[in-house]
Amino acid sequence: METRTHISVQDLSVYFDELRVLTDISIDIPDHKITVIIGPSGCGKTTLLKSLNRLLDPLDGVRVGGRVLVDGIDIYDPRTEVTEVRKKMGLLSQRPQVLPMSIYDNVAYGPRIHNHIDKKRLGEIVEHYLHMAGLWEEVKDRLGEPASRLSVGQQQRLCLARGLAVGPEIILGDEPTSALDPQSSQNVERRLIELKEEYTVIVVTHILRQAKRIADYIAFLYLGELVEHGPAAEVFANPKNPRTRAYLTGEIS
Amino acid sequence: MRILKDRLAKRTMLVLTAVPTFLVLLILIGLFIRARPILAQKPFFSLFFSSAWSPLKGDFGLLPFIMGTLWVTFVSLVLAVPISLLTAVYLSEYAPLSVREFTKPIIDLLAGLPSVIYGVWGVLLVVPLVGRVIAPLFGVTSSGYTILAGGIVLAIMIFPTIISVSLEVFSSIPYPMREASLSLGATKWETVHHVVLKKGLQGIIAAIVLGLSRAFGETMAVLMVVGNIPRLPGSVFDGGYPLPALIANNYGEMMSVPLYDAALMLAAAVLLLVVLFFNVLARLILVRVERRAA
Amino acid sequence: MSHPSSLHWLRRRKLKEGIFRVLMAASVLVVIGCLALIMGTIIWKGLPAMNLSMITQTPKGGYYLGREGGILNAIVGSLYLASGATVLAILFSLPVVLYINVYAQKRSRLASLTRFSLDVLWGIPSIVYGAFGFIIMIFFGLRSSLLAGILAVGLLEFPIMSRAADEVIRMVPNELLEASYSLGATRLETALKVVVRQCLPGLLTAVLIAFGRGIGDAASVLFTAGFTDRIPTSLFQPAATLPLAIFFQLGTPFPEVQQRAYASAAILTVLILVISLLARGLGKRYTRHIIK
Repeated sequence: METRTHISVQDLSVYFDELRVLTDISIDIPDHKITVIIGPSGCGKTTLLKSLNRLLDPLDGVRVGGRVLVDGIDIYDPRTEVTEVRKKMGLLSQRPQVLPMSIYDNVAYGPRIHNHIDKKRLGEIVEHYLHMAGLWEEVKDRLGEPASRLSVGQQQRLCLARGLAVGPEIILGDEPTSALDPQSSQNVERRLIELKEEYTVIVVTHILRQAKRIADYIAFLYLGELVEHGPAAEVFANPKNPRTRAYLTGEIS
Repeated sequence: MRILKDRLAKRTMLVLTAVPTFLVLLILIGLFIRARPILAQKPFFSLFFSSAWSPLKGDFGLLPFIMGTLWVTFVSLVLAVPISLLTAVYLSEYAPLSVREFTKPIIDLLAGLPSVIYGVWGVLLVVPLVGRVIAPLFGVTSSGYTILAGGIVLAIMIFPTIISVSLEVFSSIPYPMREASLSLGATKWETVHHVVLKKGLQGIIAAIVLGLSRAFGETMAVLMVVGNIPRLPGSVFDGGYPLPALIANNYGEMMSVPLYDAALMLAAAVLLLVVLFFNVLARLILVRVERRAA
Repeated sequence: MSHPSSLHWLRRRKLKEGIFRVLMAASVLVVIGCLALIMGTIIWKGLPAMNLSMITQTPKGGYYLGREGGILNAIVGSLYLASGATVLAILFSLPVVLYINVYAQKRSRLASLTRFSLDVLWGIPSIVYGAFGFIIMIFFGLRSSLLAGILAVGLLEFPIMSRAADEVIRMVPNELLEASYSLGATRLETALKVVVRQCLPGLLTAVLIAFGRGIGDAASVLFTAGFTDRIPTSLFQPAATLPLAIFFQLGTPFPEVQQRAYASAAILTVLILVISLLARGLGKRYTRHIIK
């Protein structure tokens, strides 16, 4: 099966003040696959993920070097419109972050700010994406309630629907199941696998078993360096780098 | 021996810890006891809804002073709220660290300047500004000692209150919530509007209410620029006579005119009641906001 | 992504962003500008009228008509008064703050209620403290005097100091307290030797903030401290204060005396500036005994 490169990271380095958090990362992320970034906590996984949709920009003292190409366009080029970059990617964070508004308005938030849409169409969009996130049946009678009243697992799926409603091409997940109970985690994992038919999915996790369950491609980060990456089956069966092997066998964590 | 000392200290401290709570009540009770003679002699209506004020004749209508206070406070809020909130949003959401560090002491200093200094400044700059520039602009002749001058000075005095309470409120909103909005492609202002301001709404109200109650009770600075005319004000270019100014201006003669001291203590009690109400309200909101953030 | 209507929409959104950025920048400039304007005006008007006799002499006869003298009485009076009030406030604040942080649980009901009351006290206008001070004065048969002023200003400073000190002491990690207990120290010893030492710079800052507030407040001393041209020699004599000296001088119809009001205002402003710089400096520098 042929794969196309969706995101190309080239010599990416990130500094927090004088501290270098990521060192010369270069990786091509394929279209319509789940790429999982693994590594011990504090190794820069989340930073790498946030550098992909420029969420590092607002932080004080952050410098980014190198290039990130999305569909061939450098997102760090000053001419690139940052809101358009972010619109292309939906983010699932560690703890679900619902916005302080109703369930309906959470999903409608993106479409509303990006386009001028009439009410009827908006209603259809909201319903469609709530279906897609597998939440419609649970919330269809309480769309007007504050989103914060949902359970944590429901909130995370609401965040997924909210992200999808913007019409992204890429889903970013930053340990998206770490705050969830096992059943909700499974639910979210299942959605992610379904979604790769239409989207490019990138997930950060420190749970090896989760990586094994969902990954097509693996990238192993260690102390800010990309140690090894490749098809999941190969990396898990036959890691080339001794540090990858050590991590996979649990010697380093 | 050490343990005994410890126990003794504990008792003493416990008693002292009760002081703040009872002090509020004590002040209130004290003021009302001193105000009782006038409450007993004059009908309620003639005290609070009459604008006849001539202590020598025994007329103690507080209405002009209550209205004066309301006018000045209102003007100050109209000026201070937008500026303070925009400043707070800028400092919390947009400003680089260096600007925040630079601004903080400025706001602290603004809060720490004595009101008499604000008053002197008001007399030197704001009063002439109102009298010679702003009033003619609206086709009004005015000495400059007006509600508007009082409002402008007061507005600056309550900047720090509204700004710093709002900053605290904004910082209690988790950063990832902003990220969620940004990651959907919202601009920074859209994020501020739909997430920060919306989530912080209650806290912002509390901040404004605290500013309001500060403005309500401010005495010297306003007294020096507001004209002190015991009449119902009709426009911002009229002079006014707020309650605190009434109390401060007449402390000298109040013991020599019957009921005068009781009237002034009543004014102080009213002032305290209003300020207490707003303060308790704002603090309750803030406690809730804080608890939700924790 | 870039068909014309959506491009138009995007442009509108960016315009909105731009407008609000400009408004915010303008607001910040207004706030900073106000302080600069106030300081500038006071110093600019005050300096020319300043001379040595202002701060070395008490008012001579006819001072308020424009004759010889200075405001030493008010400067010293204010220092006496604010110092006395600060000592009084420390005597009340320190035990309260130590109690709610060391003896009671930091998050207990008593602690919350006390903090709440302190916040409310903080919001009470100084004119009300003045009026209350006046009532106490009458109750005890006192005349307006340094002592009565100290009482009123002390009450005013009490919540300010307590809350500032509480902010500092609340930051002391529980582990530190537990470490002290495990060495066999009583709570009193822990409070005085560990907590107070750990927080000393912060506590001094709190004291200075309250002192600054006390020295600048006029409305609370108006009823209570009285006003006199002499420097008080006992607690029961009336005392002049700097803010009131400014107020009275400005209130005279004579330009020369009004000039002196500006000079006095400049003196008070500089005093406040020094105190707040000192408070900031302490908070930052003097951190030798602090365990982070």
